[in-house]
Amino acid sequence: MNFDEFLANFAEQFDDTDPSEIAKDTIFHDLEEWSSLTGMSVIAMAKMMYGKTVTGADIRSCITVEDLFHMIESK
Amino acid sequence: MTTAYIKGISYYLPEAVLTNEQLVEDFPEWSVDKVAQKVGVLSRHVTVEGETASDMAYRAAKRLFDDYNIEPSQIDFLMLCTQSPDYFLPSSACLLQHKLSIPTTAGAFDYNLGCSGCIYGLALAKSLIVSGMAKNVLLITAETYTKYLHPADKSNRSIFGDGASACLISTDGFAEIGDFVLGTDGSGAESLIVKTGAARQKEKTGAQMVDDEGHVNRDDYLYMNGGAIFNFTLDVVPRLLDAIFVKNDVAQGEVDYYVLHQANKFMLNTIRKVCRIEKDKFYINIEETGNTVSSTVFIALKDCLDNQKISSGQVVAIAGFGVGLSWGGTILKFSKV
Repeated sequence: MNFDEFLANFAEQFDDTDPSEIAKDTIFHDLEEWSSLTGMSVIAMAKMMYGKTVTGADIRSCITVEDLFHMIESK
Repeated sequence: MTTAYIKGISYYLPEAVLTNEQLVEDFPEWSVDKVAQKVGVLSRHVTVEGETASDMAYRAAKRLFDDYNIEPSQIDFLMLCTQSPDYFLPSSACLLQHKLSIPTTAGAFDYNLGCSGCIYGLALAKSLIVSGMAKNVLLITAETYTKYLHPADKSNRSIFGDGASACLISTDGFAEIGDFVLGTDGSGAESLIVKTGAARQKEKTGAQMVDDEGHVNRDDYLYMNGGAIFNFTLDVVPRLLDAIFVKNDVAQGEVDYYVLHQANKFMLNTIRKVCRIEKDKFYINIEETGNTVSSTVFIALKDCLDNQKISSGQVVAIAGFGVGLSWGGTILKFSKV
């Protein structure tokens, strides 16, 4: 998995948040637009783009976007 | 008789409507447009106090009888799919036999399934016809999930609506029912559940905890682990569709239209992309009904017929999936519409 590609894919799950607001060390749970529905989008992204199954608990255990990347990569 | 046909489909939605604007009054922090856009529901019909699934089932069946000029005396089997029976016993189907003036020589029973219920009903009805046990099976699906929802459960209150559908399965009709693929995985039972009120835990516990996604899981109300159900769907539905094609000897390219359980718009769009199905072959519409559980496929088929989205000669794949966990699907071949 390539991190920059992942970052771009992750940023695409947001409708109103500018990609420039999302970086490696962004605490994504704190983003105003983040919700359980965005969490669903991440579950779908992990499945469709990377063929990985992640749970709500997995996503909740991550703090930064980088954590999320490593978590999905490790699946 | 080697096969069975759908001869009529009708549905009934309760009169009361809950709009997103009304929901927002309970959840002022909610960004209604954004959620509506993703989930695909603008309003949903809801039963009022004292209005039960069997009341809606009765109205759906009466509508079917009127729409297709069916006499109750023609019905020789009645099945009701519901997880909201009037009583623990007897079966609501028995009450409906009497209320609908269906002959006492007819068989009748309830079965307890959710979003896969319409498919299982069709499979059972077909079996009864093919075996010669019945000639005209009345299949009704009726659900009042909104009564299981906690008032503060914003997510599920935005998704679910109440409703009922009625379908006549017979030795002739306008859609030939193909071979079925069914499946079950009870290991996921707790992903979508109402824990209290029945035999395992009769008394309410009042217990609640926060789940993995930050949603409150309350023993006494419907709980859905959204992430788990979503993952289940993405795992099962693509394989289910492939198995349906193989079993019915149909290539994916030969399928003219797809009517899947209308869970929510976001989930359906994701499934559509995973299965590489073109947008114009894939039905999504729950704007004014919400997810009506076991009735979504029949409601969708009826609307497709009324709006000429499905026409004669077409091959249509249908599938249901959800609580249980349970899933199933088949092919419908429309002859004359």
